Amino acid sequence: MTEGTKDLYTGALAVRKRHSFLADLAIRCVKEKPLGTVGGVIVLLLLFIGIFAGWLAPYGYNETFVGGKLEGMSSTFWMGTDNVGRDLLSRIIYGARVSMFVGLGVPTISMIISTTIGLVSGFIGGKTDLIIQRFVDAWVCFPALFIMLTFMALVGSGMVQVILVLGIMGGIGASRLKRSAVLAVKMNLYVEAAKAIGCPTWSILIRHILPNIMATVIITFTMGMGGAILAEASLSFLGYGIPPPVPSWGGMLSGNARRYMIQAPWMAIFPGLALSIVVYGANMFGDALRDLLDPRLRGGIGRYSGGPRKRPDL
Amino acid sequence: MKDNHLIEIDQLFMYFPVTAGVLQRRVADVKAVDGISFYIKKGETLGLVGESGCGKTTTGRCILQLYEGMKGTVRFEGVELTKLKKEQMRRMRRNMQLIFQDPFASLDPRMTAGQIIGEPLKVHGLARGKEYKEQVAELFRMVELEPYMADRYPHEFSGGQRQRIGIARALAVRPKFVVCDEPVSALDVSIQAQIIILLEKLRDELGLTYLFIAHDLSVVRNISDRVAVMYLGRIVEITMADEIYANPLHPYTIALLSAVPIPDPKVDRTRKRIILKGDVPSPIFPPPGCRFNPRCYMASDICKQKQPELRELTPGSEHWVSCHMVK
Repeated sequence: MTEGTKDLYTGALAVRKRHSFLADLAIRCVKEKPLGTVGGVIVLLLLFIGIFAGWLAPYGYNETFVGGKLEGMSSTFWMGTDNVGRDLLSRIIYGARVSMFVGLGVPTISMIISTTIGLVSGFIGGKTDLIIQRFVDAWVCFPALFIMLTFMALVGSGMVQVILVLGIMGGIGASRLKRSAVLAVKMNLYVEAAKAIGCPTWSILIRHILPNIMATVIITFTMGMGGAILAEASLSFLGYGIPPPVPSWGGMLSGNARRYMIQAPWMAIFPGLALSIVVYGANMFGDALRDLLDPRLRGGIGRYSGGPRKRPDL
Repeated sequence: MKDNHLIEIDQLFMYFPVTAGVLQRRVADVKAVDGISFYIKKGETLGLVGESGCGKTTTGRCILQLYEGMKGTVRFEGVELTKLKKEQMRRMRRNMQLIFQDPFASLDPRMTAGQIIGEPLKVHGLARGKEYKEQVAELFRMVELEPYMADRYPHEFSGGQRQRIGIARALAVRPKFVVCDEPVSALDVSIQAQIIILLEKLRDELGLTYLFIAHDLSVVRNISDRVAVMYLGRIVEITMADEIYANPLHPYTIALLSAVPIPDPKVDRTRKRIILKGDVPSPIFPPPGCRFNPRCYMASDICKQKQPELRELTPGSEHWVSCHMVK
C-alpha cells in the first residue's frame, strides 16, 4: 500500500492521514471549493504584492511627473495618473502594503479581543457576564467614528495606531457575536461531558468551545477584512489615518478621487476595484475555510477524503 | 459509614431557582431532588427508576457534583465530595464517571473518536506517547470497536457505536463508580440489548459499581442488584431487584409495574392494571403530605398532612418504603 506506514493503533495501514493537516486542507480546498481557491489566490496575491511592492511598481509612489497630471490610461501609465501627476498603478501596488497590514492586522487583533471577551463572558456567565456586557453595550452605543477619532487624536496618526484602534474598536463590538456563539455551544452535552471527565475550565474553553465557534470566528475575520480597509479609508480621508504621501486604497478612493471623479474617473475606479477584489477574495476564502474545517461537512461522493476509505486488511 | 458502601447520600436537596424580572429575583424553586438518602455498595448496581421529570438524572449529576447549589452530603469512599475544593473534585472525577443518555449530543463533533476516548487520559495525565496510543486502542477493543476507527469523527458512527465511544470515554480513567444516565433509551431496541450486555460484561471484568438510571423497568430488572423508585424528587421505595418485582409495596411502584407489558396475551388480559389518575404535579408546588397522595388509590387523611419517611420495614430486610399505608 501507499506509504506503508504502520498505524499506531492496530498496525493497520493508516488510510486517511497521508498528508499533514495543512497540505490536506490545501488539497481539499482546491478539489472541493474552486471559488474558495480563487479567493485564497487573491489573498495570497495581495500578500505577494504588498511584500514585493518595491520591485513590482514601475515608479515610486510619490514620484511626480511634471505635465502628467490627470492623464488617462496609456502604455507609460497603465492606470493613468492622479491630480499631482503620480502613477496610479504604482500607488495601488504600494497601497496593497497598507491594505495588507490593515486588512490582516485589524481582524487579527479584533479576533483575539472579541474571542477572549466572548469566551469569558459567555462561558462564565452570571455577574461577570452581566458587567462585561453592559460595558460592551455602552461601547457600541457611541458612534464608531466618534470613538475612532477620539482615540486617533490621543495616540496620533500612523499605521500601527490605526491598526490598534480599529482592532480594539471592532473587537469589543464583535465580542457579542462570539458570546452568543459560546452561549449556544456551551449548552451542548459534550461540554458537560468534558466537565464530568475532569477537564479544567481552560481546557474546556480551548479544546471544546473554541473549535465549535470556529465558523463564527472565521466569518467575522473575513468580513472584518473589508470593513477594516474601508475604515482605514475614512480615517485617512479625515486626516487621522496613514499620513500622506504613503498611499492607501481607502485614502486614494476617498480623497482627491472624489474631487476629480468626472475628469479622471480612473482615479476612483482602480483603487475601488482593487478593494472590491480583495474583499471578495477574502470572503470567499473565509467561507471555504469554514466549510473545510467542519468535519461534519467532510466526505461524500466526489469529495476528496485523503485517499480511498476502505477497511484495511487486519 | 459501613465499609462496603462506596457511595452514601444523605438528605440530598437540589432546587433549581425560577427567576423573574429584570433583577432575576428568585420567585420559586423547582424541587428536582427533595431530600433523598441512599447508599450504593461496592460492586453492586443500583437501578434508579421513575417517570420523566422525577429527578433521576438530577440525582445522578448531583452525586458527580455537576451542579452548583445542592445541599446535603455525598460521600464517596468516606470522602465528602460536597466539601472538596474545585481542583480536588476535578482529580476525584477519575474515580467516578458518567455515561450519557444521548450518544449524539454528548460527543464533541470536532474531535475524532480517538481524541474523545483519549481525552480523559490526557486530562488526568495517565498516559502519554506510545502508552497512550496503546491504551486508546485497548479501550476501543474493550467496547468492541475496532481501533482503526480512531480517526473517524462522531457523525461517521451509528447510534450504538457512538454510545460505545461514550462508554469507552467513561472507562478510560478506570473509574470505580459509573453513573449510567439512561444509556440505552436513545437507542434501537436491538441495540439496547447489546449495550446492556456490554455494560454487564464491563462491570464484571472491571469490578465497577453502577448507578443505572432508566425509565424502563424491564431494562433495570436485568442489570440491577437493587432498585430505587423515585417520584417527584423523592425515593418512594428501595429494595433488592427481585423483591421489588415480586413484592412491590408502595402504591406507585405497584402501579408502575402493572404498566409493564407482558409478552403473554393470556396473562396480560387477566392481570390487574392500575391506571393512575391525573398528571404528575408540578415540582415547583408539590402537594403537601405525601407527594403521591393526589394520584394514589390508597390515600387516606394522614397522607395529605404528613410526609412519610423512608423506613426499613423490618430491620435487616433492606426493603425501604416511604408510605403511611404500608404496614
